[in-house]
Amino acid sequence: MAAKGRIEINEERCKGCTLCALACPQTIIEMATDRVNAKGYYPALLVDPDVKCTGCALCAVACPDVCITVYRQVPSKTRRAEAAV
Amino acid sequence: MTSAVMVEEKVVYERPESLADVATHYCPGCTHGIAHRIVAEVLDELGVRDRTIGVSPVGCAVLAYKYFNTDGAEAAHGRAPAMATGIKRVMPDHVVFTYQGDGDLAAIGIAEIIHAATRGENITTIFVNNAIYGMTGGQMAPTTLIGQETTSSPGGRSQTLTGFPVRMAELMAGITGSAYIARRSLHNVKEINTAKRAIKTAFLAQLNGLGFSMVELLSTCPTNWKVSPAEALAWVESDMVPYYPLGDYKVAEEVKPLMKRR
Repeated sequence: MAAKGRIEINEERCKGCTLCALACPQTIIEMATDRVNAKGYYPALLVDPDVKCTGCALCAVACPDVCITVYRQVPSKTRRAEAAV
Repeated sequence: MTSAVMVEEKVVYERPESLADVATHYCPGCTHGIAHRIVAEVLDELGVRDRTIGVSPVGCAVLAYKYFNTDGAEAAHGRAPAMATGIKRVMPDHVVFTYQGDGDLAAIGIAEIIHAATRGENITTIFVNNAIYGMTGGQMAPTTLIGQETTSSPGGRSQTLTGFPVRMAELMAGITGSAYIARRSLHNVKEINTAKRAIKTAFLAQLNGLGFSMVELLSTCPTNWKVSPAEALAWVESDMVPYYPLGDYKVAEEVKPLMKRR
């Protein structure tokens, strides 16, 4: 099973530059079209109805404004195995 | 996955501690933010944040001392290596780096950077080359490519009138006091990760007292190039990289073992 992840985007820091969307291998990041943030930019959004995000963090590496925090799911069984090593 | 297996979530990417949690003034898509972040990540990984002093330039990165969660100083235009020299000599146990753009380092400050290297000053320079003067409105810089349109070369840079773009990494590599000189680019994730490794080598060279180190980062200026951020990244790859080839230009013998230690 592929790793599952999600991202949190700090919309107020986002400048809508699209570099995260360009870097995303799953093409699940889009710029908002219905709202702007306080600075007047269309912020990036994770649009992931099929839960395709793998938590690869390429978007976060490409983001010039450090707006993206990336989370990845890990089965706790694996974590126990890691702890035992 | 069975329901018996609990799933936990771990953070795989977040803001490095060495980068202050503030909004930057940089334009959308400007790779200064990426350069700041990878420098901050390296300072975190080396565990030297509390004894690091950054010296900011004049140019777009003039406020860099506000963005790094380290001590900082602000130098006169082009004089960051001179100021860093003083700081490092007074406090040799501190990690001192300059963060300079091409208008600052390759034009008005070219004498300072060359002499800092000739003295073998034990400092690290992060050199952001975006082939233009950004803050002042997009004038031609020494690094502007032949044919590139700027506000002061509206028909494109002419080599008969203004000569050729200066290749700083190659120039600095010829200096005996340089320990590690490299050029990297920030135009995609792979190159960003490669750039981060070079920055780590540069700081390790300083921590081991090996002399002057500099990493040149090919960077974008979507605003003054008058293209979208995505087009700017493509232009770095198609036009800048062929003239400014990426790679290590000077690796002193003592630096080579540091590159393997990752």
